[in-house]
Amino acid sequence: MQLQYDIEGGNFTKAGFASSEIKKVLKQLNVDAATIKRIVVSSYEAEVNIVAHAYKGAVTVVIDHEKIVMQYQDEGPGIPDIEQAMVAGYSTASPEVREMGFGAGMGLPNIHKNADDLLIESEVNKGTLVTITIYLKQEGGQ
Amino acid sequence: MDTMTIKEICNALQLNVLAGSKGLDKRVTGGYVSDLLSDVMGNAREGELWVTLQTHRNVMAIASLKDLAGVILVNGQQPDADMAEQANKEGIAVLGTDQSNFIITGKLFQLLNS
Repeated sequence: MQLQYDIEGGNFTKAGFASSEIKKVLKQLNVDAATIKRIVVSSYEAEVNIVAHAYKGAVTVVIDHEKIVMQYQDEGPGIPDIEQAMVAGYSTASPEVREMGFGAGMGLPNIHKNADDLLIESEVNKGTLVTITIYLKQEGGQ
Repeated sequence: MDTMTIKEICNALQLNVLAGSKGLDKRVTGGYVSDLLSDVMGNAREGELWVTLQTHRNVMAIASLKDLAGVILVNGQQPDADMAEQANKEGIAVLGTDQSNFIITGKLFQLLNS
């Protein structure tokens, strides 16, 4: 199964929409609750990163029997130093974004904690591709 | 321990229902206090009541994604119009108090653990 949602840079009123849709689909697929929680945290943080930092982007979600792979691709400033971006508390968010309670430097660490696999590829002044993989345990299943 | 509903907590702590009154029968398993959204995203648990001073729509997105029981706004804060609208749509209660986060959290902790 493949899903795709556009994510608008700078538009916080829509932040979380894609994650909410992904959550609905996972519930319909009877993915176990603990796994859904990990997926939701990862997807929301990746979505908000695009809203907070990029001009525009999209997520492509591929779900099969054993895993979900979410690819967040954006056009934006890119990340000059990925290792530094992964450090808890480090943030380049604007004061406006911080005032809303975002930009505390916890997004990428949250993803790292909840994902089975996290890959970040970025080119400065072009954009970033964040690939998150989480393995599924089907409810009542094998 | 029996859990309490939002409505019971509202009555006991004299909280105002500011939005999302459809969600008053939800059961509360605990609380979480934070104004950092990623902190709530990463650390709050299903069924908890979230105490915050943030009043924008993204609060409801997180409350919904995390299956939180409801939100308490402190210091007399009112939800932004789109936050209230989203709370009504999702059926997640937004409660209000003039008290500070310290005072209301202390009372809530005592109530849930009595």
